[in-house]
Amino acid sequence: MLEIKNLHVKLEEEDKQILKGVDLTVEAGKVHAIMGPNGSGKSTLSYVLSGRDGYEVTEGSATLEGEEILEMEPEERAAAGLFLAFQYPVEIPGVGNMTFLRTAVNAQRKARGEEELSAGDFLKVVREKAKSLKISPEMLKRPVNVGFSGGEKKRNEILQMAMLEPKMCILDETDSGLDVDAMKLVAEGVNALRDEGRAFLVITHYQRLLDHIKPDVVHIMADGRIVKTGGPELALEVEQNGYADILSEVA
Amino acid sequence: MAVAQAKLDATEARLAGLTMPEAAGWTKPAREEALARLLAVGLPGRRDEYWKYTRPDLLTAPEPKPAALFDHGEPPVFDEIERLKIVFVDGVFDAAASDPLEGEGLEIARLAEAQGADIHWAKDLYGQLEKDGQDPVERPLATLNTAFATDGVLIRATGKVKKPVSLMYLHRSETSDAVLHHVIRVEEDAELTVLENGPAAARFNKVMEVDVAENGSFHHIRAQGRDHERQAATHLFGRVAKEATFKSFTLTVNGVLTRNEIVLDIRGDDAVAHVAGACVGDGDFHCDTTVFITHDAVNCESRQVFKKVLRNGATGVFQGKILVKEGAQKTDGYQISQSLLLDDDAQFYAKPELEIYADDVACSHGSTSGAIDEEALFYLRSRGVPQADAQDLLVLAFLAEAIEEIESEEIADCILARLEGWLSRHRG
Ligand SMILES: Nc1ncnc2c1ncn2[C@@H]1O[C@H](COP(=O)(O)OP(=O)(O)O)[C@@H](O)[C@H]1O
Ligand SMILES: [Mg+2]
Repeated sequence: MLEIKNLHVKLEEEDKQILKGVDLTVEAGKVHAIMGPNGSGKSTLSYVLSGRDGYEVTEGSATLEGEEILEMEPEERAAAGLFLAFQYPVEIPGVGNMTFLRTAVNAQRKARGEEELSAGDFLKVVREKAKSLKISPEMLKRPVNVGFSGGEKKRNEILQMAMLEPKMCILDETDSGLDVDAMKLVAEGVNALRDEGRAFLVITHYQRLLDHIKPDVVHIMADGRIVKTGGPELALEVEQNGYADILSEVA
Repeated sequence: MAVAQAKLDATEARLAGLTMPEAAGWTKPAREEALARLLAVGLPGRRDEYWKYTRPDLLTAPEPKPAALFDHGEPPVFDEIERLKIVFVDGVFDAAASDPLEGEGLEIARLAEAQGADIHWAKDLYGQLEKDGQDPVERPLATLNTAFATDGVLIRATGKVKKPVSLMYLHRSETSDAVLHHVIRVEEDAELTVLENGPAAARFNKVMEVDVAENGSFHHIRAQGRDHERQAATHLFGRVAKEATFKSFTLTVNGVLTRNEIVLDIRGDDAVAHVAGACVGDGDFHCDTTVFITHDAVNCESRQVFKKVLRNGATGVFQGKILVKEGAQKTDGYQISQSLLLDDDAQFYAKPELEIYADDVACSHGSTSGAIDEEALFYLRSRGVPQADAQDLLVLAFLAEAIEEIESEEIADCILARLEGWLSRHRG
């Protein structure tokens, strides 16, 4: 599904190399987790994949279902099936959440040559999905993420994901700042989307989330590289011993 | 202070092309008095403090600069609204295109025809609110208008008028120079909505005097478009009585020069006055909003919400003042003026002012100028919304606070549709 090869990324504005050769392949139907200390480049990886400005790819490639994505516009990547649940979802005053969702869904359908959803059909689907994430109709009316609590913002990300039905879902610390109940809701939302044709890349610090979203593969990222890859047991090891042991072992 | 000779010469040159109507009737004293006032101060000049950000030359020149006609192919903005239409073509009343000047709770007369009749309510208002609005800042273009207006409408609302009165200004001649003066009186407990739209003329000088009596309610929504080269100076003078409501919204799109002055005198306790505006400009565009609100009563609320979206060398100006007189306690005054600059060439000048002589008041003002929020833009694009659509969405979001000031959803939708049309024609 997603294949990243020898990806090197520096900041556009300053001479600072952040990703120093990332190799990662996520197969369709699988859940991969990335763990790693703060500042190791996890968010940078997710931003570069989704096309945010400010980074320069100096080497390497990333393909989604065989198609090179690094040259695409962010909206083209989205239409190709990539989705990033932001670590810090953005507030957009003046744009209603519902308008935002409908615009996004229909823009992607249009880009893929599909018919737009009617207002009625759209409303029905949103209401149902929002309900299972405990997002109130009132929250749907409010401007995007404005005045939302941390947990509400993260649930709103999952709602967007559920509406857009992407093929490749990247979740950047979707669990941080969530209480146990909210985390369960988020995990249920993700698990409901698990499917043979869909893959997940879950960035997290905690085993906690991975208790609910069972990963197939766990990667450890440090200083801009994937330094270790293993099964779910790797996450447990991090939970018990921290990163120090793993990092000294690979150093 | 002596007025510079050059200014008086320029004023004389402009006046040479104007004549007072022969049958001015009851408006004659007001017109003559206005002419005397105008000659004493002269027309605005480039050095005037009040015209620091806007060059008045095009508005004061003896002849208007020709303005080409432009058709964007969309139906007129308020076409969906059931309304009473009054049409002026290049400042000349068009009876055939207008509806009969009558309606429940309404008295309407054309200024050009009414001057011979005894319209007692208008007698006390014509040129009077304009004159009151000259202190402490002179507005000579409005004074010129009082003296030389060729036509306009006198509207009196005596009850709750259901259908909006819609003033439509069509522009057919590239060299037209129109001077219109409207007088509106909303009687006690009465309600009236007035719509205005159109490019009007190559050059347009318009005054609207509005007197809202106790517990009366006046709503005004105007859409200024659309010809790129037209020039306009408009003045809206309002006097607001006890418990009355005065709300005015202006959309400005296109136009090389627009100067909109709004002068409100809040005279009665517990009154509410809101003025708002949205403007979008691309290229050779200059829109100046100049507001002066005087609070002279207790427990009144005033709101100014003005938003300008500018690109490609377009210029926006906001001069807004709240004056709270001694004794105008419990005044709640809010003023915000913001611009969204879509590139580095766009310019915005703001001069917000508060002058307060009462101690128990809550007044706030703010002015900002900024670019599109790149984080929000990326967020939208990452969800699949193409860049241009995402930008339009953010532009409309920026303008939302101003558009929300329009109470009628139906009318707000007309304004939104016009904005969306404009945005789709001005991409990239
Ligand atoms: N726009 C930026 N400007 C400056 N430094 C940045 C920027 N983006 C990322 N960095 C730096 O790159 C490194 C990796 O950051 P990030 O990808 O956010 O790590 P993580 O998500 O793993 O905590 C950090 O040292 C961070 O300070
Ligand atoms: Mg991060």
